[in-house]
Amino acid sequence: MLLRLTGVVFDGIAYGSLLFLISIGLSVTLGLMNFVNLAHGAFAMLGGYLCVTLMERAGLPFLATLPLAFVGLALLGALLERTLYRRLYGAGALDQVLFSIGLTLVAVAATTFQFGSGQQPVRLPEFLRGQVQILGLGLGRYRLFLVLLVVALTVALQLLVDRTRFGAQVRAAVDNRAAAAGLGIDVDRVFTLTFALGAGLAGLGGALGIDVLGLDPTFAVKYLVYFLLVVTVGGAGSFRGPALAALGLGVLDVAGKYYVPQLGAFVIYAAMVVLLTLFPAGLQGRRA
Amino acid sequence: MSSSRTRPVNEPEPAPEPGFLGRWLAHALAPPRRVHRLPDNRWRPLEVAFWIAPILWTLVLPSYRLLASQVFITGLFALSLDLILGYAGIVSLGHAAFFGAGAYTAGLLAAHGWGEPLSGLAAAGAAAGVLAWLSGFLVVRSSGLGRLMVTLGIGLLCYEFANRAASVTGGVDGLTGVAMRPLLGRFEFDLMGSTACAYSLVVLFAAFVLVRRLSASPLGLSLRAVRDNPGRAGALGAPVQRRLRAIFTLSGVLAGVAGGLLAQTTQFVGLDFLSFPRSADLLVMVVLGGVGRLYGALVGATLFMVAQDRLSGMDPMYWQLWLGLILVGTVLFARGGVLGGLDVVARLILRRRSR
Amino acid sequence: MKRMLLAAGLCLAAASGRAEDTIKVGLIAPFSGPFADYGKEMQTGIKAYQKVHGDKVAGKRIEVIVRDTTGPVPEVARRLAQELVVRDHVDFLAGFGLTPEALAVADVATQSKKPMIIMNAATSIITTKSPYIARVSMTLPQIATPLGTWAAKNGIGTVFTMVSDYGPGIDAETAFKKSFTAAGGQVVDSVRVPLKNPDFSPFLQRIKDAKPQAVFVFVPAGEQGIAFMKGFQERGLKDAGIKVIATGDLTDENVLDAMGDVALGMITAFHYSTAHDSPENKTFLEAAEGVGTGVHRPNFMAVAAYDGMAAIARVVQQLHGKVDGDGAMKALEGWKWQSPRGPVEIDPATRDIDQTVYLRRVEKRGDHLDNVEFDKFPDVKDPGKS
Repeated sequence: MLLRLTGVVFDGIAYGSLLFLISIGLSVTLGLMNFVNLAHGAFAMLGGYLCVTLMERAGLPFLATLPLAFVGLALLGALLERTLYRRLYGAGALDQVLFSIGLTLVAVAATTFQFGSGQQPVRLPEFLRGQVQILGLGLGRYRLFLVLLVVALTVALQLLVDRTRFGAQVRAAVDNRAAAAGLGIDVDRVFTLTFALGAGLAGLGGALGIDVLGLDPTFAVKYLVYFLLVVTVGGAGSFRGPALAALGLGVLDVAGKYYVPQLGAFVIYAAMVVLLTLFPAGLQGRRA
Repeated sequence: MSSSRTRPVNEPEPAPEPGFLGRWLAHALAPPRRVHRLPDNRWRPLEVAFWIAPILWTLVLPSYRLLASQVFITGLFALSLDLILGYAGIVSLGHAAFFGAGAYTAGLLAAHGWGEPLSGLAAAGAAAGVLAWLSGFLVVRSSGLGRLMVTLGIGLLCYEFANRAASVTGGVDGLTGVAMRPLLGRFEFDLMGSTACAYSLVVLFAAFVLVRRLSASPLGLSLRAVRDNPGRAGALGAPVQRRLRAIFTLSGVLAGVAGGLLAQTTQFVGLDFLSFPRSADLLVMVVLGGVGRLYGALVGATLFMVAQDRLSGMDPMYWQLWLGLILVGTVLFARGGVLGGLDVVARLILRRRSR
Repeated sequence: MKRMLLAAGLCLAAASGRAEDTIKVGLIAPFSGPFADYGKEMQTGIKAYQKVHGDKVAGKRIEVIVRDTTGPVPEVARRLAQELVVRDHVDFLAGFGLTPEALAVADVATQSKKPMIIMNAATSIITTKSPYIARVSMTLPQIATPLGTWAAKNGIGTVFTMVSDYGPGIDAETAFKKSFTAAGGQVVDSVRVPLKNPDFSPFLQRIKDAKPQAVFVFVPAGEQGIAFMKGFQERGLKDAGIKVIATGDLTDENVLDAMGDVALGMITAFHYSTAHDSPENKTFLEAAEGVGTGVHRPNFMAVAAYDGMAAIARVVQQLHGKVDGDGAMKALEGWKWQSPRGPVEIDPATRDIDQTVYLRRVEKRGDHLDNVEFDKFPDVKDPGKS
């Protein structure tokens, strides 16, 4: 019984860590630039498609495509931020929502055109397939890999934010943009770099998620709700909030489906509405 | 250039002076600085002309009456969204919940024997209004992205609920057996859609008159104040939360009436009446037409529906691509939507004439 | 001047004459959006039929007018049907990829007295919604019921059912459970999965823990099926000896190759497989080649459309070109013919289709996967109505 519960919890953690990886960028964008970027799902999707293209066309092994997905999306993010997003920082929520929806539609149309509307297959390396037996419990190897990778990345990000100068600049800009600018921090460059970082992480998450979440042109919209959920419930502008929210969401979703499958998707949406009513700024929200 | 002025070391470089094109664009795209007239509620000639068009459509194009009735219904739905978007500043991604609530109410009444259209429509509006009033408490309390997510959550919850209650609602297959009795005892809902068309147009017009009257009333003005600056409006003594809830409820009622109309005129209710794409498309329609202008919602709905109908043969990928590009373009360059753009053109023409 | 009038008169006569000689069929189906393949498959079947039999019946030309519903938006389907009747004066309404579309249009058929030929929508109640509806595709209970009987009689004693939580899924579950338990089987547990389900892991875990001999699955065709099968293998359920039994939607030919080797050994029940060995099927598959609709392989929807055209041709022939609802239904009732899938009949009592349901296993044939038939249940009526 306990073993079963552990297994379910582990699955939930794996699912949640994937959501967290993709949602970090959204949290930072919202917390730092106060920008509602609904195109974030599209970034993740494009990362996935980049990974697939590299695997099929360039024949690269799966693991090699991951850093390339990160870099590719980071560059795209930086480009979009400089040219388009920058103009809308002061605009209202409606404009930002519509703008990002528009971008998402364009991304979906472009991927449909290029790849067709079907599911994209991914070939995982042999050592990541199947299960590994730990203490009598069968854990999926790929999921284990996911969790470990996300933990490593989170530690690295936390170090980046806490120990580097860039991280200090980001934290300053989140707390008080005007003061940070007044102190000589190039806020524009901070914005571009953080946006790029967030987009890159989303792309990486999208590539990692192909096996778990699937990949087709509707990915950008399908999972957007979950990413938004993680960020709004967790609170924008921090790591810990979305991490808690993502893990909680993952475990709640998986455990709910295992123990009470009749409730289905109800649980998540109801939980979201309840949590948002109780914590309007999210569990640990800080905004610029 | 003010390069001779000495500047402190840390002050950033001043932005370069805009060239000729830049200045002209800024001038043309600047919000109108017209004299604010107190709303006097007189119907301007352009408005009268606007309303003659659908009447003409109904009479002159009989084989397009079905399309017309669906355009009118969507127009009413868009109007209800503009009420909260343009006048209260609430961005909602779940408005289809109220549309669907009204549709299922009207549909279920008719499917279980009560096929009288007008009372069914009233019931639809009432049911949606109750739902809106209840969810209004949640929506109005939050703000920004949180509020967006709450509206989205409410929409999704309603969809799931209707799917679960499939034994009552018909679930994914839809609710059939919606048998309507003749409108006003005389007008059968015919295959040509003539009754449907006239019915929807009349209801739309009535709702529009109501909303127009409201927007010019003290309530409407106070709502505009709330939209522009909630803090100040509250400081001036306007009961902000209560007003917002009131307008949210009214918006829900209108959306429910639109849903009831669609259920009655098509004699069918599907789960997609509550779906997220319906809410999202609605938001796009209102913004494309021009937010906060009431007519913008109607224009946006008409353009969107007619374009979709005409272009339905085209590969949907192109529809999505163009829609996405137009959205991005609208937000970046043409914030006022179609009507805003027409405003700009009109002013340019007037300015040239007055020279 | 006189020559011009003569020419004009001839043109007019020719035009009106042509209008008299054309039978118009309105094809209403999704051609865009998530269900775009449905419409395309139907078009493949129609074009294949016209390639083999030409487009003239009883001296009249059959013209197919195509309208796109863009997905499960029934009010659009209804409007399109009304417009086809009122504006284009069609003689037949055909197609209907999804149940809501068919249900919404039923009224239009009744009011306008036009025959309606269902080429895909699979819910039992559809044919009861109008006296002018005939179906040439299948119903889910028709497929799931023989599967339950076969499973119980062939060594599968315990089954775990997992279906998507929507109309067709629930229909399939109900039909399967009924026939399975009636034949002596035991349903260990039943789970309904949310329709837009991103992750099957909790459900797969539940299945593994329940240790049934087989799992009965119904999910929307396409990605969900693939995701399920992948997870099934990854979690070791296949190695634990649990069989997968399902309706043939899961192993649709278009999806089978994308599923890959995880699908090998799956047992499904369905009314059509491209691997069916008959001369009619051979003709059909050859004709469906290169019609340019962009489908990967023709599947059961294409066959249904092919047979739908045969039904339309039959009606036109019997009524000598003067088509009306009552006459059309009379012409179809009790009609038997050899379809590419096997022998079929339009049931005289219900206007639904009676056909053979085959049991198939997924095997590798050459360089692709096929559903190979190994058993059959002939003359299966739709149990939803009998």
